[in-house]
Amino acid sequence: MDYETLKLVWWLLIGVLLVGFAIMDGHDMGMGVLLPFVGKNDLERRAVINTVAPHWDGNQVWFITAGGAIFAAWPLVYATAFSGFYWAMMAALWALFFRPVGFDYRSKIQNPTWRSTWDWGLFIGGAVPPIIFGVAFGNLLLGVPFHFNDFLMSTYTGSFWALLNPFALLAGVVSLGMITTQGANYLMMRTEGDIYRRVRTASLLFSVLTFVTFALAGWWVATGIDGYAITSAIDPGGLPDPQNKTVAVATGAWMHNYAQYGWAMWVPITAFAALAASILFSRLHRAGVAFWSSSLACAGIIGTAGVSMFPFIMPSSSDPRSSLTVYDAASSHLTLGLMFGATVIFMPLIIFYTSWAYKVMWGKVTTEYIAANDKSVY
Amino acid sequence: MLTEELVDLSRLQFAATALYHFLFVPLTLGLAFILVIMELTYVITDRPIYKDMTRFWGKLFGINFALGVTTGITMEFQFGTNWAYYSHYVGDIFGAPLAIEGLMAFFLESTFIGLFFFGWDRLNKWQHFMVTVLMAVGSNLSALWILIANGWMQDPVGAEFSFVTMRMEMTDFWAIVFNPTAQAKFVHTVSAGYVTASLFVLGISSYYLLKGRDLGFARRSFRIAAGFGFASALSVIVLGDESGYTVSESQQAKMAAIEAMWKTEPAPAAFTLFALPNEAAQRNDYELQIPYMLGLIGTRSVSETLPGIREIKEKNRARIESGMLAVVALEKIRKNRDDWDARSQFDLHKADLGFGLLLKKYTVDVSQATPEMIQQAVDSTIPRVAPLFWSFRLMVALGFAFLLLFSLALFYSIKGNFIEKKWLLRWALWFIPMPWIAAELGWVVAEYGRQPWTIYGVLPTHISVSNLTPANIYGSLAGFIGFYTVLLIVEMYLMTKYARQGPASLGTGKYHGEKAPSPSPIHSGGALPAGAPANRI
Repeated sequence: MDYETLKLVWWLLIGVLLVGFAIMDGHDMGMGVLLPFVGKNDLERRAVINTVAPHWDGNQVWFITAGGAIFAAWPLVYATAFSGFYWAMMAALWALFFRPVGFDYRSKIQNPTWRSTWDWGLFIGGAVPPIIFGVAFGNLLLGVPFHFNDFLMSTYTGSFWALLNPFALLAGVVSLGMITTQGANYLMMRTEGDIYRRVRTASLLFSVLTFVTFALAGWWVATGIDGYAITSAIDPGGLPDPQNKTVAVATGAWMHNYAQYGWAMWVPITAFAALAASILFSRLHRAGVAFWSSSLACAGIIGTAGVSMFPFIMPSSSDPRSSLTVYDAASSHLTLGLMFGATVIFMPLIIFYTSWAYKVMWGKVTTEYIAANDKSVY
Repeated sequence: MLTEELVDLSRLQFAATALYHFLFVPLTLGLAFILVIMELTYVITDRPIYKDMTRFWGKLFGINFALGVTTGITMEFQFGTNWAYYSHYVGDIFGAPLAIEGLMAFFLESTFIGLFFFGWDRLNKWQHFMVTVLMAVGSNLSALWILIANGWMQDPVGAEFSFVTMRMEMTDFWAIVFNPTAQAKFVHTVSAGYVTASLFVLGISSYYLLKGRDLGFARRSFRIAAGFGFASALSVIVLGDESGYTVSESQQAKMAAIEAMWKTEPAPAAFTLFALPNEAAQRNDYELQIPYMLGLIGTRSVSETLPGIREIKEKNRARIESGMLAVVALEKIRKNRDDWDARSQFDLHKADLGFGLLLKKYTVDVSQATPEMIQQAVDSTIPRVAPLFWSFRLMVALGFAFLLLFSLALFYSIKGNFIEKKWLLRWALWFIPMPWIAAELGWVVAEYGRQPWTIYGVLPTHISVSNLTPANIYGSLAGFIGFYTVLLIVEMYLMTKYARQGPASLGTGKYHGEKAPSPSPIHSGGALPAGAPANRI
């Protein structure tokens, strides 16, 4: 495959990994967000937690792998974004700390305070990362203040608090809504009785919230936010050289792709339609279809952000020509090709054995089941 | 500004979080295979006690694993957050094994660990056994890929610098995968993990034996640990010697510092068993040597010499002076890609670019480097001797102590009278922390010994960091210390609690401290798929 194609393929694959993360890790993070509210006593909470007990760890690898793939495929993006968003990244990381220990340690001691502390830990581990990733996406759409020196060493000149601007916070709400809907729809499939009723209410609430905030964010991007556009000729198949271009800030530039490629409109349309389907099917008690609808919504929402910015990945607001794009932030031809090969081999295997693991563990998790297996479940 | 304070703090944070992460890794690597051995015995013999063993040691495995996962995420974030220039400069090579580690190893390990814990009632014996095997294979594969990445930092093969992209680019993936340094590190590190886990099982089993409780359970666990531990301790030493051989080829500075070898000795060099290294005078104040030994380990010959610190420094001085010209030429090229004079100058000196970058620590404008700065850079190419000399010797001494302990444990296991050897049981119990100490010392030797480089000969540590303010790192370091301290207390508490409780924690009713088996628990309709047994065992 030629270099340009591989660069595009990797834009797509990073998207696939992020969507995979939202669908898979999203549903157990969404479980964490809902846990303190849909489980009214210890047994109920344990029932909720045990719907994801055998799977959360595998799901979290979507996140780890997406991070590793960004490192390998877009080293400059990984370097610039992670160091620039330093405190946001630390907050996400520390929130994630609560998950492995929360899951594994919570039920190992029979003390109500201990258990409720970890329940809130799982809440933090479920709620904070999606908010932060949403806020990060919001800031990418706005442009981030960074520049490079001649040796491509990046310096971020913004502050942590500047990341928390109204538009980015709105993006954070979209993200949290999307993940919580995903969690609620998953829990509908795996619970019954009172818990089921509560998670269904949550599913309706959060899919409506996601629908509304996503629409609001779209309207904001279309009318109120300056996008970026490359104004010089670039060589898409050339060696990545991020300072070798000129970039202009232009109102409505994030709408260019939709104007130029009509089919691109299907991405946001999919997001809205899938959210509507999630509302509909959860009203009809069709939990499985609702789950696949909200999964599709994850793809639509993340895809919309990607398509709007394409070919930009991380625009620079303070030095636009340093903006990172699909063409000039990528790894070498060899590395992209090699990683593509590895993905083609392993991704189908991963999907195969993950599905098998869900199939083995499938079924409703009830409070009776928890009581009967006190020592062997979470 | 990349101040020394910023660099030191970033290093401190990385060292602290990496050493902390490695408190949990070796036990995971080794215990996974011990679980495989126990479960294999169960599926073959069909005796429930082996299933109980798998499940009980599995419980402890889980407590440890949770923190391994938690602290592992930090490692992935930290390259980007704190080592941004490193990530950019070598991400093309370093990122690939990390991504492959995720795809090939983490998914496998993490998916099957869920089934390991929760799949007992839903899988048949052989299926569950396969799950355990895949979990163990996954965790060891992850060690393989991360050590391939780390091996490349020690010995950067299969890559080339590009001035257009201003980074190292991969030229030969298989050279990176089959890098002898990486392969030697992998086998040495996983063997060390097996020793750690064996001693963990051996020591806790000894505790039960000393208390005279759960004898059947503890005896069987002890035997498995003794056998597995003996093989592993032997392999750690043999393969550690193999890494000694590869170290001496790729990183003579590290070898010379480990051995406090201030000047080149006639071949075959003697091994210094004990010495008082004197950094200021660049000599040893006192030394006790075994003739010929080092030459044999380091070169596998009697005629090749191993260079001493003084000779290495002189070689490095020449490379720094040449590298200076490479940096100056590169700066011109970065301003004007068509500066052909600079490009031909760069091609001449490009091999020494990394050495020229060492001067960036002392001056922004490398072309103005003074002889004093060059001298400082030359001196910096040798890591400090005393910490390496002692870390290495302590690690090796522990390694031999493990071999002795496991030899005796295995010998008395075969004779069948180890329960009477109270001194052996006490030794095993009190020695539980030692493999951890040895493993951490090993990392100190490997990573501190690579200084002043993050990528040996290619990228100095000083310019690898993110351009942050020291205040940021003070803040995050404080956060890590806070979180990690609390987590360690919680983990140790649970580990001790469950180890003390022993197999009774499974609730089978068969073990020490339990009442007679409780009546069958309530069967819940609909909670389980048809055919799944409702009871706990």
